[in-house]
Amino acid sequence: MNKTRASGRTVGGLRTLSLQAPAVTLLLVWMLVPLGMTLWFSLQRYNLLMPGMTGFAGLENYEYLFTDPALWSAMGTTLLLVGWVLVITVVGGTLLAVLFQQDFAGRGIARVLAISPFFVMPTVSALVWKNMMMHPSNGVLSWVAETFGLPAVDWFSSLPLTSIIIIVAWQWLPFALLILLTAMQSLDDDQVEAARMDGAGPVAIFFFITLPHLKRAISVVIMIEMIFLLTIFAEIFVTTSGGPGLATTNLAYLIYIQALLNFDVGMASAGGVVAIILANIVAIFLVRMVARNLED
Amino acid sequence: MTSSRTPLSGAKASSSPLASPQVRKLVLTVLGWTVACVIFFPIFWMVLTGFKTEADAIADPSLIFSPTLESYQAVQARSGYARFALNSVVIAFGSTLLALLIAIPSAYSMAFLPTKRTKGTLLWMLSTKMLPPVGVLVPIYLIFRDLGLLDTRTGLIIVYTLMNLPIVVWMLYTFFKDMPKDILEAGRMDGASTLQEVLYLLMPLTLPGIASTGLLAVILSWNEAFWSLNLTSSNAAPLTAYIASFSSPEGLFWAKLSAASTMAIAPILILGWMTQKQMVRGLTFGAVK
Repeated sequence: MNKTRASGRTVGGLRTLSLQAPAVTLLLVWMLVPLGMTLWFSLQRYNLLMPGMTGFAGLENYEYLFTDPALWSAMGTTLLLVGWVLVITVVGGTLLAVLFQQDFAGRGIARVLAISPFFVMPTVSALVWKNMMMHPSNGVLSWVAETFGLPAVDWFSSLPLTSIIIIVAWQWLPFALLILLTAMQSLDDDQVEAARMDGAGPVAIFFFITLPHLKRAISVVIMIEMIFLLTIFAEIFVTTSGGPGLATTNLAYLIYIQALLNFDVGMASAGGVVAIILANIVAIFLVRMVARNLED
Repeated sequence: MTSSRTPLSGAKASSSPLASPQVRKLVLTVLGWTVACVIFFPIFWMVLTGFKTEADAIADPSLIFSPTLESYQAVQARSGYARFALNSVVIAFGSTLLALLIAIPSAYSMAFLPTKRTKGTLLWMLSTKMLPPVGVLVPIYLIFRDLGLLDTRTGLIIVYTLMNLPIVVWMLYTFFKDMPKDILEAGRMDGASTLQEVLYLLMPLTLPGIASTGLLAVILSWNEAFWSLNLTSSNAAPLTAYIASFSSPEGLFWAKLSAASTMAIAPILILGWMTQKQMVRGLTFGAVK
């Protein structure tokens, strides 16, 4: 085993390089070229609507951006959205994983139903929630509210961000459930049984055995969701278009408005740089966490 | 397995109302099914609405109505639904094939010829997923405009290939690593070249893994909305963009929207159901088993 490995490495140095070259080169280009351009544009006066006004702008774009209350509001919205969805999906996903791990009639089918929203494309789930669930007069939710004699809620105008959080959490709760349920299946039954024999109740078993066992899976869930949630776009695009006002404008949507609606490439690029920095702060912690998890 | 234990735990907690295993199981069944039905409800409702007339669709919610296929026919007839579906198929499968083609050699060398840098390379690949698409939207948009790739299938295939490449490499790496090394070594002893090794030994033996990796890439591409909404307008728009066009007020036909949505998600939903187990391993890079 060792011998072949060692010989594989000497011959393999070149071989490894050539085999990995396509993937590595493409990803390098995909990362560095747009990144470099974004940085460059962010220092330029570059508005597609004003072709005459060009040239080096220095930090002007950043100055405008950082003095614009929209940026801070968008950052706050981004963090609120990510934070709440993470809390709901991780806590809810853990509880559901415990529930769906129990033995009950038709468990397999119930599981499949519960994980389904994860496979629904974001534009569809946003439209279904907007028109059929949360519609103020014909939506199922207002019908339910009226049945119980409660006033119907106009979700997207009175609780815009909450509505988006509900939609996004609905899509990602099944993902957390799927991962945590799989992790539950490798929980050692004998250990649980031993604890039960020693008189541990279900709550103690959950906190001292189940939860520590799920630690790694939970960290993976947080990491993957973070990657996707930081850049939520379609759900906002389809339902509220960032409004009312800036209530549901996250960083992704703000940059979209600057770039493709206002055609201000310079400003949009500065926003892009901010988004990249924010994502990287998050990534430094996350990649470390995963790396540690992969070690053992 | 569980049932053999249940009497024991039942005896322990005999004072609790959940003491009897039958009662416990009944409670769990009701609870589990209630939760599952609540989560699934919006999808169920969408499918149901697709079989209603427009009048029934906006009426008070009701499970009793006479089902009709008229919305499906209307969606088919108007707006060239088939063209968007074809775009989705071509783009999702094209980018998946391309990603597999690029990723297989790379994952092979990482799994079977590991060096000190392998883990670093893998983590770096993952970190490119952290680069938020919004951060690079402007350059990609301008490059695509200059190269004439805006609103083309080729453009989206390129973007989706690169978008999924890190995950595909990771997932294949996870599956390849699980393969017994002896078989490949035996092949190498018999004088197989790298290409022969990959084509005749590795690929057939890890076909289930490659297949579920491919399916995950198809699902991710099929559902991707950010790039498709920003880089396509009419010619190359896939179903994600087509469905989003219903968000404008004049598109408010619930039954037709539901029928179109059902057609858009049905294939992927079924693929997802079939591959859920393997998908977990891929999505978590084998960290969760």
